[in-house]
Amino acid sequence: MHLLVCIKQVPDSGQIRVHPVTNTIMRQGVPTIINPYDLFALEAALELRDQFGGEVTVLTMGPPSAEDSLRKALTFGADRAVLLTDRFFAGADTLATTYALATAIRRISSEFGAPDIVFTGKQTIDGDTAQVGPGIAKRLGLFQLTYVGKISALDLHARTIDVERRSEGGVQLLRTRLPCLVTMLEATNQIRRGAMADALRAARATILKWSAQQAGVDDISQCGLRGSPTVVKRVFAPAARNEKATMIEPDEQPAEALINAIFRCRPALEIELAALARGY
Amino acid sequence: MNTASEIGASPSSRAAAKKQLSDRFKTYKHVWVFIEQERGQVHSVSWELMGVGRKLADKLKVDLAAVVIGQEGEASQAAATESFCYGADLVYMVADDLLKDYRNESYIKALTKLVNSYKPEILLLGATTLGRDLAGSVATTLRTGLTADCTELDVDADGSLAATRPTFGGSLLCTIYTLNYRPQMATVRPRVMPVPERCARPIGRIITLPLGLVEDDIVTKVLSFLPDRDSARSNLAYADVVVAGGLGLGSSENFRLVRRLADVLGAEFGCSRPLVQKGWVTSDRQIGQTGKTIRPKLYIAAGISGAIQHRVGVDGADLIVAINTERNAPIFEFSHLGIVEDAIRLLPILTEAFRARLSPHSRDRIAG
Repeated sequence: MHLLVCIKQVPDSGQIRVHPVTNTIMRQGVPTIINPYDLFALEAALELRDQFGGEVTVLTMGPPSAEDSLRKALTFGADRAVLLTDRFFAGADTLATTYALATAIRRISSEFGAPDIVFTGKQTIDGDTAQVGPGIAKRLGLFQLTYVGKISALDLHARTIDVERRSEGGVQLLRTRLPCLVTMLEATNQIRRGAMADALRAARATILKWSAQQAGVDDISQCGLRGSPTVVKRVFAPAARNEKATMIEPDEQPAEALINAIFRCRPALEIELAALARGY
Repeated sequence: MNTASEIGASPSSRAAAKKQLSDRFKTYKHVWVFIEQERGQVHSVSWELMGVGRKLADKLKVDLAAVVIGQEGEASQAAATESFCYGADLVYMVADDLLKDYRNESYIKALTKLVNSYKPEILLLGATTLGRDLAGSVATTLRTGLTADCTELDVDADGSLAATRPTFGGSLLCTIYTLNYRPQMATVRPRVMPVPERCARPIGRIITLPLGLVEDDIVTKVLSFLPDRDSARSNLAYADVVVAGGLGLGSSENFRLVRRLADVLGAEFGCSRPLVQKGWVTSDRQIGQTGKTIRPKLYIAAGISGAIQHRVGVDGADLIVAINTERNAPIFEFSHLGIVEDAIRLLPILTEAFRARLSPHSRDRIAG
């Protein structure tokens, strides 16, 4: 079985700061991480491989430094890593990104066999769009399963997969056919730490680096900025709220002081809370 | 979302930054709102979208249309009727029993068929699990732009949709255009826009299209469905009172302190992102940019430092109360009431104090 996981190297957004004067992002010194949801996807792929055999390929598009994230994925146990890197890919929105990734996946298919399942995280923590997974599925004609919390069954003989998919009002148990694309909502199990053997292998492993041409891009105008229908016109900082919190100075009865302050601010809350509390 | 390199690029380097709409797109008119139904229920984000859709349509002097895709019968008819009450000039409908449950394949087919037949200029969907699944597929099928999770939508001087959304985890906002492709697509998160006033309106024009599929054409099958009302799942987005915990709680064990206070208050409990990443709390409880947006009357944040991503999710709360040991924690910048205290120490006594204060017994005493 061939499992392919798309990952993205993202800035650790918890550590991003906005410059107070220029309102620009201060990226210096901000560490990068593998998008956390992509780690759930990688874990799901590795668990299936452990259970059914086969191999796991990780793919990313990004600057040459994205190699770090691929190597990290190899330490977790992935078998092969592909980096799609070219200045033609720069500035891609989700539509252009899915064009590039789908092209690379076709090349991977012809060299290493078509993937049975393509995995992505449900979204990235920098873009948050949740659009790349569905876009890849559409471009490659794969059945699409988004917001998957659990893969409940895989039948390689019948070529079917059952998943629990989160929806707004509940959980759908879906069955579809392979090959498919799955976006992972969470990890079923704890994300593994890399084994020492994998770490050593990863350190020595060759990462395949493909330019647009090497990946098989036939229409460069669909890549990067040129291939992006969306255009960012303006970037700005959210308006600051100028009021600061009224601070309750802790005394011997901080809880009472806090509750009194809450009900002083919003007198109606006391009656509403009492009603709510009685309901439980 | 465009990548950082685009944001950093100078305007002159953007070949596509000028509007050069091709002739075939010039026939695209009107604003559409996708009315999301799940198991016969319309998601309230649809009415929220009708409010902003009406504003855009009025500015462009075009019609506002609701798009109803669902099972044939009463529920879809009711959704259409309701759409008129929320300001739709007309309704486009694909109703078929194959559309009873949401499935990507059948819904893409219905929506792209409607778009290609009736050519909307703007198409809005809720940024729900269904809306995002569908919007991503449809935008790729139509090869057009899609802006996710917008917080503001407007029309600029030349009639283009200006879609504003948070970027970099909410630390900045950016305004995105789809200048040269149609429709201009955007999703909006639930609870970000107000529900417009509902007014009784006579039934308007409903234009229907057949789906043109049989069950065998749809590979994906829904084997079963477990509704949330039968499970312990959260209703965070609509809760009046929310208590949430962050890393300041120190351990997953201590998270039960949050749950206890929530129980006493009849509240929903939530958490900040790191707790989900650490596996202490399930992702359906996460509040913030990558989690739920909440609008409660009272929000108590215990041991949450208040990263911008968290702020984005709670800004709509009526009263934000923060408990944190760090006097300089960012949460005190946007909360209304704050106390510098260790949440682990304060939560249990706060829970007991609330219990005493809110019990019927104590109310009788106050009354007497």
